[in-house]
Amino acid sequence: MKRYIDVIMAGFGGQGVLLIGNLLAYAGMREKLNVTYIPVYGVEMRGGTANCTVVLSEEEIGSPIINTPKSLIIMNRPSLDKFQSRLADGGIQLVNSSLVEPELVEKGGRIRTVLVPANELADQVGNARAVNTVMLGAYVASTGMVKLETVEACLAAVMPAKIVPLNVTALRTGADYALKQLASMPAVKKPAKAAAPKQAKPAKSAAEKKN
Amino acid sequence: MAGNKERLFVKGNEAIAMGALAAGCRCFFGYPITPQNDIPEFMSKYLVEAGGQFVQAESEVAAANMLLGAGACGVRAMTSSSSPGLSLKQEAISYMAGSEIPAVIVNMNRGGPGLGDIGPSQGDYFQSTRGGGHGDYRLLVLAPSSAQEAYDMTFDAFDLAFASRNPVLILGDAIIGQMKEPITPREPKAVDPAEGGDWRLIGAPKSGPDKREHRIIKSLFLNDGELAGQNMKLQAKYEAWKKLAACETFEVNDAELVVVAYGSIGRIAKNAVRNLRAKGKKVGLLRPKTLYPFPEKALEKLAKAGKRFLTIEHNLGQMVEDVRLSVRHYADSELFCVYPGNMPSPDDFEAPILRALGRK
Repeated sequence: MKRYIDVIMAGFGGQGVLLIGNLLAYAGMREKLNVTYIPVYGVEMRGGTANCTVVLSEEEIGSPIINTPKSLIIMNRPSLDKFQSRLADGGIQLVNSSLVEPELVEKGGRIRTVLVPANELADQVGNARAVNTVMLGAYVASTGMVKLETVEACLAAVMPAKIVPLNVTALRTGADYALKQLASMPAVKKPAKAAAPKQAKPAKSAAEKKN
Repeated sequence: MAGNKERLFVKGNEAIAMGALAAGCRCFFGYPITPQNDIPEFMSKYLVEAGGQFVQAESEVAAANMLLGAGACGVRAMTSSSSPGLSLKQEAISYMAGSEIPAVIVNMNRGGPGLGDIGPSQGDYFQSTRGGGHGDYRLLVLAPSSAQEAYDMTFDAFDLAFASRNPVLILGDAIIGQMKEPITPREPKAVDPAEGGDWRLIGAPKSGPDKREHRIIKSLFLNDGELAGQNMKLQAKYEAWKKLAACETFEVNDAELVVVAYGSIGRIAKNAVRNLRAKGKKVGLLRPKTLYPFPEKALEKLAKAGKRFLTIEHNLGQMVEDVRLSVRHYADSELFCVYPGNMPSPDDFEAPILRALGRK
């Protein structure tokens, strides 16, 4: 099966979703995948919402715009309200539980959710603004689409060198947190690292088998 | 995917600016408008660093006339704008076509009519392919569907403009402009310093060894028969362009229904076609890369082979007229419109494609 995943990342303007969207796309490119990144497009304003869509694929990417994504990074409550119902069956979402009440997360096994208290973890790392890279670390560990080392190696492409070490720590902190949670999830018995890529497969559309 | 060569991760807009720089563009004249502002932003830094001239003009009208001036001097020059801005540039574009001045013009199509919105649209297909301004003229129109194509087409556009002494239009939209993708840049072009040597305006010495008659570049032809001659010359030029018509085809060989779509809609439709192929549906795609000249021969060939057609456009139905003209001896084309103001995704296209496939 060919590697393929798409993700919508959404949050408040300023939480850094566009930056981690770029970062994930760079990592995909570094791993020789085809990638597209498209930011939400509209008349945006400070304090409003922001989101971007990233597609990673071994095959040529048709649409950069995805209606029913296979994964989500949800940074705040309005983003959960907007995107959770659009997540494809079998998809996975990473939810910032610092800002989103866990009760709001969809139950019933249609989708999988990893709750990440990203604001608290970012504070632990030493900078509240690292909330985005904490979430991306958790995402990468949960989906296994690209290697965390690759993402770390791409940090310098999207941010000043002096804050790269902090963000390496943030990525790892998010990744460790997610792996622990996945390991304790009843539905996922196998080690999370091996189980995660498999999870993405059923969600893959039948179309990806062809050619 | 490119072998070992370093790929750059850039917006379509940036890819266009980079392609222009690599093609030896020396002058950029523009006026801000969403969704193409990354192009002048990039040029204001990198074109200037490369020793070129960047002017943020006082208006689109001024920018287009500066472009005319630079082109008349044989300088590789470009402008970029979006739909309402293109409308303002049309007078100068008509003059450039009439007086055979090479130039590269970028339109990152946004919603219309009027000020419309800043989202993607293909509402300027008619304006782009039918000339756009007054008079009987055409532009060479290239329609990229990826950042790499945006780069490559812009890179090639300057050569095409100078080879045919005509403005070349790159027609994208907000999706093509704002989407980031990896591109593999080309080796920068070494532009012949004598380009346009026998017609460009560089000052005619009145004495000395270089003494020559002055040249005139104009679009006013008042003498008896003069304008007819000029128009016949233009017509012959447009006729000769037909060999430049280009398109991508995907899964058309055994297809019963061929979807025709260009630019961003072309790549989204390709996804839908691929999804339907996986479900065993005999559908294919033809994506015009040149909108003028239109790939009419390729379409006619498919029509002759018994295919049926569905045109998908991000407007109320414009390219469908060219598709119908191309296939008219053998077939017709159905139409599915995505209304400007909406962002389409592949899922939106599967049902209309299946409906068209089911109607025999």
